[in-house]
Amino acid sequence: MPPSRIPFPTAREHPLDPPAAQTELRQTCPVVPVELHDGQPAWLVTRYDDIRTVLSDDRFSSAGLWRFAGSANRAAAERAETSFTVMDPPDHTHYRRLFTRYFTIRRVETLRPRIQQIVDATIDALLAEARDADLVRDLALPIASQTMCSLVGVPYEDHDWYEARAEVRSRMDGDPAESEQAFQDLLAYMSGLVDQAHGGTGDDVITASVRDLLEPGLIAQEDLVAALRLLLTAGHETTATMIATGAYVLLTHPDQLAELRRDPTLLPGAIEELLRYISMLFILVRTAKEDTEVAGQPVCAGDGLIVGPALANKDPRAFPDPDRFDIHRDNRHHVAFGFGPHQCLGQPVARLELGIVLETLLRRIPTLRLAVAADEVPFKRTNLVGVASLPVTW
Amino acid sequence: MSTVEIDADRCVGGGQCVLAAPDLFDQDEMDGTVILLRQPEAGEAADAVQAERVCPARAIHVVR
Repeated sequence: MPPSRIPFPTAREHPLDPPAAQTELRQTCPVVPVELHDGQPAWLVTRYDDIRTVLSDDRFSSAGLWRFAGSANRAAAERAETSFTVMDPPDHTHYRRLFTRYFTIRRVETLRPRIQQIVDATIDALLAEARDADLVRDLALPIASQTMCSLVGVPYEDHDWYEARAEVRSRMDGDPAESEQAFQDLLAYMSGLVDQAHGGTGDDVITASVRDLLEPGLIAQEDLVAALRLLLTAGHETTATMIATGAYVLLTHPDQLAELRRDPTLLPGAIEELLRYISMLFILVRTAKEDTEVAGQPVCAGDGLIVGPALANKDPRAFPDPDRFDIHRDNRHHVAFGFGPHQCLGQPVARLELGIVLETLLRRIPTLRLAVAADEVPFKRTNLVGVASLPVTW
Repeated sequence: MSTVEIDADRCVGGGQCVLAAPDLFDQDEMDGTVILLRQPEAGEAADAVQAERVCPARAIHVVR
């Protein structure tokens, strides 16, 4: 007998942990009936294995997800999306594969010198100022934005403009009309950049995709613009949030931070643990393509299935003692980047960037510490879980 | 001995297999899809199983 319908989203008691009510329900109920902001019913999937199934099984679709977004503003922000994120295989596979060439492990590794240069210059500027800073404003955002601009091929002087529009779309409590306009503005902006990229020789993603895909007729202009619009805003706030929130988690676990400083070879495992422990993506949604079941619960064609990566990544069935931050644990099977065919395309960039930033930060500012108590650090009210600012000193 | 089987149609070029077992897997330069470099040798079965576990598209199967 499933429990009665609970409101979703539910407030978190601690910003980095799923709500206690959901964690408790997970023990007895793998699929919880929930009610969304507009009264619409949906299902919340609570366990690791079932979450991986919903995200990867062909019985579930990525079309029409905006109807199950967590708020009116988030629904408006997603409704006009046409890129491959809202397609299913085989269409999704076709379009995504056109872009994977720009995100292979080997190609992304060639960005290392440029990212290191951006990180060094940002930390130089930080150290030249006073002995305190906001790591979101002064480190994470400038590094993530410059990296994105360099990778995608967007003029850095435009970053305030497009990031403001992305931020409007990311809010839980925002004006839906403003969000719809922001989406159209971003599409028009990207369309202009695509028009200017013809004949270019650069290896940024816009110039390269115009040369490799648009000009040979492998993709239509509107499909290319939709995909590039997605890439433009998918990478900066996400990576910036992981950089700053990663620094917060390390600074609040001083023993493991000290260990990491002594032995930088622990960094790759620490990054995976930060991805798991923070579980930055607030929710992912799929719809049932057909009448089927999830963990024995019948669901109907068209039903919305909500998964919180945090519920999977802190499920004791997959990660023993899951609420403990432990850079030594077996954690590569986390779903922080999602799972299934839509798993984050840019994750090699995120891993590379996080590794370079954290290694350089710990090496160059060894006395870095929080300037406020850990429980005074403010958290975001958007579709991403993470610190809104991070006052530090050294 | 474990044998790796690939379902190339499902692959989305996530590169997780390359991170898990770089001696066994590579990515096609054009579409990022998986290339099985060779079958696992003795002592590499755990790497192959890790690649199977983290493949988001469930395109890698290890037959024991």
